[in-house]
Amino acid sequence: MDTLGLLALSPPGWGGTLLVGLWASIRIAVGAFGLGLAIGLAGAYGKIYGGPVLRDCLAVYTTVVRALPELILILLLYFGLTDLVNKLMLASGYGRIQISGVTAGVLVLGVVQGAYATEVLRGAILAVPSGQIEAARAMGMPAGKIARRITIPTMLGLALPGLSNLWLIATKDTALLAIVGFNELTLATRQAAGTTKAFFTFFIAAGVIYLVISMLSTWGFARLEAWARRGDPPRTAGGG
Amino acid sequence: MKDTAQANPAPRPEAIRVEALRKSFGPHEVLKGVSITAREGDVVTLIGGSGSGKSTLLRCVNFLETPSSGRIVIGGEEVRCRPDGTPADRRQIERIRQSLGMVFQSFNLWTHKTVLENLIEVPVHVLGLPKDEAVGRARKLLDRVGLKEKESAYPAFLSGGQQQRAAIARALCMQPRAMLFDEPTSALDPELVGEVLAVIRSLADEGRTMLLVTHEMKFAREVSDHVVYLYNGVIEEEGPPERLFGAPQSARLKQFLKSVS
Repeated sequence: MDTLGLLALSPPGWGGTLLVGLWASIRIAVGAFGLGLAIGLAGAYGKIYGGPVLRDCLAVYTTVVRALPELILILLLYFGLTDLVNKLMLASGYGRIQISGVTAGVLVLGVVQGAYATEVLRGAILAVPSGQIEAARAMGMPAGKIARRITIPTMLGLALPGLSNLWLIATKDTALLAIVGFNELTLATRQAAGTTKAFFTFFIAAGVIYLVISMLSTWGFARLEAWARRGDPPRTAGGG
Repeated sequence: MKDTAQANPAPRPEAIRVEALRKSFGPHEVLKGVSITAREGDVVTLIGGSGSGKSTLLRCVNFLETPSSGRIVIGGEEVRCRPDGTPADRRQIERIRQSLGMVFQSFNLWTHKTVLENLIEVPVHVLGLPKDEAVGRARKLLDRVGLKEKESAYPAFLSGGQQQRAAIARALCMQPRAMLFDEPTSALDPELVGEVLAVIRSLADEGRTMLLVTHEMKFAREVSDHVVYLYNGVIEEEGPPERLFGAPQSARLKQFLKSVS
């Protein structure tokens, strides 16, 4: 079969299989990034404003997760977590449950992303000039509204370069889920390549897909950052 | 001076009352039992050298700083505090802050919002005013402070004087009972001071209650009903501006006035 035939969307071409894998990868990346953002925001606020116990717990979380190789974390969390959930289910009198690959992938990668996001967002929140928050307090804004309407929008421009990195890592980390047999883009590519022996064709194709995702993401994040920084003063050359 | 005792025999109600206020930062006591009262329509000006406690006093009035002890009464309502001095009722503090328009030395306009968005933020999103009503109110105020053309500009694109005028309009947009000015012209280039003082003067002329911390002695003399000179956390001397500036009694105030003139 020629290259185009191999990549055709319907069998005997493998293009459709790759796209199914791509769709799974994107769903997991979006879910994990979103979960990571939620954990990160809560973690950042906890680290800044929380009590000593909460701060210590969060320090353990961010330290451990950022110290271990992601592959180990994925194996640990994937098998460990499902095992733990099932032990709890059995102990409380329920039957074993099957955690879907997407759910497990989102949870596992989300926990990893959350640790990095905590630090990115903590840095950005601390970089918000205190006068911005003080003005809101002085006008009687409740704390929750200050966070939503003042602090978070102000820190977004500072956080987005870091968050953009995290998103790209999320898209690529989905490939690590191949190790636990989850059928995302990389595993689909390996199946296609293994079956047809056209290794070069399929891995190049997968590489191009990851590259396109990355380029589209970079463009999207640049737009988002320009919007978030709409109130920034004009910059002169050399930062002067 | 807007009215005298003879013209208005019944005393006007108290807008801001501070009683025996003390504030420490760690071991350092910045305010050592200060009492001031501003009746409605009063312009009370706090003067004093750096470290005298005048800004801290102003910031204690709306609890941006938590007093160590003492009483704060705003419009007849006493702020309830726990034994350690922290406010007992968060909602009460928020409500009182909404009734006091604060203007900062460094403007503190929200950088990600346009001038108009800065003005309507709290009226719409905290006080629940309908948006078109808030926008109408905001535009009138921007016109008044001479920033009609700048409503869609982001603060970073305005001069310091324009930013401070916008910040004053933002505070007014909440229709506060009183205004608090914390060195409103100290961060401005000299040529921009006049335009901000003109706005503050117009507010004084229309009978607004305000507490003003400033280094502009000539201005303080012109607009104030009452001037308080703080030295090292206590009131060294206070009185009507003609007496305080024209015939100061204490050696420290004489020294201070000589050093700033």
